[in-house]
Amino acid sequence: MNKPLSRVDRPNSYIGKSLPRPNAKRLLAGRGRFVDDIQLPRMLHAAFARSPYAHARIVSIDVSAARAAPGVRRVVVGSDIAKLCMPWTGTLRHFKDMKSPPQSPLAIDTVVWAGQPVVAVLADSRAQAEDAVELIAINYEERDVVVGIDAALAPGATLVHDALGDNLAFQTTIENGAVATAFNDAAAVVEVDLRFGRHTPVTLEPRTLIADFEPGERALTVHHSTQTPYQFQDIYARHFGLDESRVRVIAPDIGGSFGMKLHVYPEDMAVVALSIIAERPVKYVADRGESFLNDIHLRDHRVRAKLALTQDGRFAGMRVQDDTAIGAFSAYPRTSAVEGNQVVRLMGAPYQLTNYRADLRVIFQNLPQTSQYRGVGHPIACAATERLVDLAAKKLGLDPFEIRRRNYVTDEMYPHTTATGYRFERLSLDQCLSKLHALMDYPALRAEQAQLREQGIHRGIGIATYVEITNPSPAFYGVGGAHISAQDGCVLKVTPSGDVQCAISVTEQGQGTETIIGQIVADQLGVDRERVRVLTGDTETTPHGGATWACRGAGIGGETALQATRKLRSNILEIAGAILQSRPDTLELADGKLIERETGTVRMNLGELAALVYFRSDTLPPDLKADLTVAQHFAPKGFPFAFTNGIHGSLVEVDVETGFIKLLKHWVVEDCGRIINPMLVDEQIRGGVVQGLGAALFEECLYNDAGQLMNGSMADYLVPMAGEIPDIVIAHVETPTLDTELGAKGCGEAGTSAASGAVLNAVNDALGPLQVQISQIPMTPQRILRALGTVQ
Amino acid sequence: MKAGDVAYFRAQSVSDAVAAFRSCEGDARYLAGGQSLLAAMNLRLLTPDLLIDIAHIDALRGIERRGGEIRIGALTRHAEILSSPIIASHVPLLAAAAPWVAHPAIRNKGTIGGSIAFADPASEFPAVALALNARIELDNGDSVRFVEAQDFFLDLYETAAEPGEILSAVWFPVATPDQRCTFDELARRRGDYAIVGVAIVADFSGEIVDRIRIVFFSVGSTPVRALRAEAALTGTALVDTDIELAQQALAGDLSPSDDVQVSAATRMHLASVLLRRQLGKLPVPTPKAVRA
Ligand SMILES: Cc1cc2nc3c(=O)[nH]c(=O)nc-3n(C[C@H](O)[C@H](O)[C@H](O)COP(=O)(O)OP(=O)(O)OC[C@H]3O[C@@H](n4cnc5c(N)ncnc54)[C@H](O)[C@@H]3O)c2cc1C
Repeated sequence: MNKPLSRVDRPNSYIGKSLPRPNAKRLLAGRGRFVDDIQLPRMLHAAFARSPYAHARIVSIDVSAARAAPGVRRVVVGSDIAKLCMPWTGTLRHFKDMKSPPQSPLAIDTVVWAGQPVVAVLADSRAQAEDAVELIAINYEERDVVVGIDAALAPGATLVHDALGDNLAFQTTIENGAVATAFNDAAAVVEVDLRFGRHTPVTLEPRTLIADFEPGERALTVHHSTQTPYQFQDIYARHFGLDESRVRVIAPDIGGSFGMKLHVYPEDMAVVALSIIAERPVKYVADRGESFLNDIHLRDHRVRAKLALTQDGRFAGMRVQDDTAIGAFSAYPRTSAVEGNQVVRLMGAPYQLTNYRADLRVIFQNLPQTSQYRGVGHPIACAATERLVDLAAKKLGLDPFEIRRRNYVTDEMYPHTTATGYRFERLSLDQCLSKLHALMDYPALRAEQAQLREQGIHRGIGIATYVEITNPSPAFYGVGGAHISAQDGCVLKVTPSGDVQCAISVTEQGQGTETIIGQIVADQLGVDRERVRVLTGDTETTPHGGATWACRGAGIGGETALQATRKLRSNILEIAGAILQSRPDTLELADGKLIERETGTVRMNLGELAALVYFRSDTLPPDLKADLTVAQHFAPKGFPFAFTNGIHGSLVEVDVETGFIKLLKHWVVEDCGRIINPMLVDEQIRGGVVQGLGAALFEECLYNDAGQLMNGSMADYLVPMAGEIPDIVIAHVETPTLDTELGAKGCGEAGTSAASGAVLNAVNDALGPLQVQISQIPMTPQRILRALGTVQ
Repeated sequence: MKAGDVAYFRAQSVSDAVAAFRSCEGDARYLAGGQSLLAAMNLRLLTPDLLIDIAHIDALRGIERRGGEIRIGALTRHAEILSSPIIASHVPLLAAAAPWVAHPAIRNKGTIGGSIAFADPASEFPAVALALNARIELDNGDSVRFVEAQDFFLDLYETAAEPGEILSAVWFPVATPDQRCTFDELARRRGDYAIVGVAIVADFSGEIVDRIRIVFFSVGSTPVRALRAEAALTGTALVDTDIELAQQALAGDLSPSDDVQVSAATRMHLASVLLRRQLGKLPVPTPKAVRA
């Protein structure tokens, strides 16, 4: 462990401690207040008629029966709403020549994916709205559908959008060093051709919002299950022509988001428009079926990559082709190019590699849009890279640990710039590798594996190294013209009794943001953490900031809180000095009391000080600046991103007769810099790992050639459940970033980033003796049996 | 999605329920545990006009021995089957199947009557009923009749029950000392409906199989008896070569179809592996049992 940030033995030293989440009891007791729990007077409910076809022209719409149905207040078609809402376009400037057509809330002439909303019904109850939706008659003229990556790229392919001329949303090439020479001179080359199944986040609480437009002041309040309220405040104001100061977005308790709740969905915009039309509050809750059809999907990739090797097992060069299909539109406001862009920039990142070329193609198809979700691009890059590394080890007869050690970026190379231009301040690759080796008891596992193999039991051991992008600066979105903040703001206020209220722009979705912010404030101020109340998720009462995306809550939000607290503490000591007739630097704040630094003698309580400031300002010196409220903003400066790193290990058993895979154990050694709450970090890692295991074995949106989702229910779309999840053992290395006082980096995506890659390597390790490979996730029993040649 | 509008009636007796069924002009459905019906309604796959709640009819409860049979009332919950000592000792195949049905929360509500009446081809209990050729008791409010399980499951979700008839109980034969059984299934997650599953019951004379019934589920529109495999095994001592012949015979017994996740060929292959493994696990009677 690194040096603690402050004395650990003093009272209120909370940074680095496993403390429970203050909101956990409330949520467990069912007292959470989610958007759907909110009932506003005169509230109406929205339901949507959706396209049953993946591609069709709308010939006619007859809503007369729906209008006459019981409880129905309004039935609205695309052209009605288009007048109110400026269309949105999912491109950014820094993705050169990227294209995607403007999108409007309801389809107007054509539909381009099955599930696209076409008509909206407003009724007194949701059930009435749904009944009325069934009475809407829409005539479609079906058009050819394009689903597969190859079909979309073929000459003369069916076009998703005629106006764009082709199905290519974006393409880019990254090249560094002398790639051709590296491959010509290589002692050996290994290659992969990997397929990744499209999947979807499946949050416990679905997308939900209530839009409440008040025509008198033209004020809009949106209660929104989102992770980025400030971004939506900006979007609603701009697209509906409202004053930003009149737009309030409130994100109350959120039941998970994972990146899914920061994109603009057609229903969001439709619901706001409906509230403006009806001048009443309008609620919409996506049901599970709608979630499957319209929540963002992700990770539909085909990656072909080659790694050139030298005789002594060093990586001489890498070539990558990533084709990723993103559905019918690029998502707004972040685009759907980010995932592929991160894949081609992260491939090979942990290794010494200068000769590198990657080509990325981002492709339209008649499916729901894909976009950012926990780990954005990382799991793809990690799995593809780590597959190559294991194949290289096999080819050269090296152990997987040894080949990684030989090729990692080494400690003396920092700061290091990768072949794709990413800059690493400092990673702990070697240290994590050694720690994992010991944690797994790797030699014993190999011995056991060999022994069981003699009994016909096929165990596999896989490892996968990741680097993770955290604490993103404006280089991520801001430079591309997106109104997405990379900075955060924090306002701290001391109440008259000496409690502290902290309003901050990072948000809480169940991961414990409020907990760690409270820990930092209480620690840095010197008060009991019970006396700090953290408020998040309301654009009207908290400062503007980036909120939750990428991995930034602890690293950026935490630093903002730290700096705000130091400012407040200095104000308090200044005031205390005046009251107590002492020099401020001789005083200290501990456990909510002002004490003498040298002796520890208690001079007064913070509450007494605050009461004097608020109620007896007449007793204070007239020139004293008695500010017990402070505001602080912080944006990452130094490195554009704080990269973290770590490594996963996986132990599996493959039943080679049935193709079933049993996960036996999973290990993670991670380095997220300064750890504020070890328990929460562990739970972030575990939750992330489980999502990665889902990708490895279970989760996939299965579409047929007509663009119809074949498994859009929780019975058919398999998420991992407790029974399938092995023990997950976690260990830490701490390399704080020196860019901030706090030194924290992110940890939210580390679990997801490498779990699927580790399992993919483990399964292939198990299949190794049978001379077969699997190159597709999820690894279903049928795919294993096909790889084995058991079934066609 | 929300279920459509539906009327609700709580029946106090079977005749009460049947009368309500008969007088309903639209589509009436009996409601037992609701674990299949309500899910289908919430997806608007079923839109009945009237729900007749039979869950409060005491006559449909209870597990008891009646001569050589165990009568299990229709409302018996899956969880009760799992914990009943009578079932554990007298209908061990049913006890072996129960842990594979769904998850605890569903087992606390779902009923055996609902499971058999619904006749989901992927369900465990219909397969067990067929393997043991249970007798299905049907009550139309005036009289009771019995249908053997082998005549009960007609097609996908289709049974020999007449419209309005209530499945009042299932009668299972008491296991004999020379009888052995085994149950297993392959599902990607514990608690899911199986990709393929099998229930086997065999009567032995010493080491020799006198009679064997093998029922696969999730391989067609109803639970399916593997008659050719049964024939291949009857009169054998279940040595490896016998089992191989039975595996080969299976191709004539089952004709599964493709679905989104699993091809027919994969299902066939898994059924064959399952058969071999389960026959291998079929405990050979102990010498004591043989003497008895
Ligand atoms: C998530 C989930 C997973 C599940 N997994 C499995 C599984 O792995 N295996 C499995 O077998 N089942 C599974 N089930 C279904 C469960 O076992 C049901 O309980 C069972 O299929 C139906 O019983 P029920 O009492 O709930 O019937 P209901 O849902 O109340 O009724 C089902 C149908 O049967 C009719 N019916 C019910 N009782 C009678 C009666 N006495 N006479 C005439 N008609 C009647 C109803 O009218 C209706 O049409 C699962 C359910 C869920 C929700």
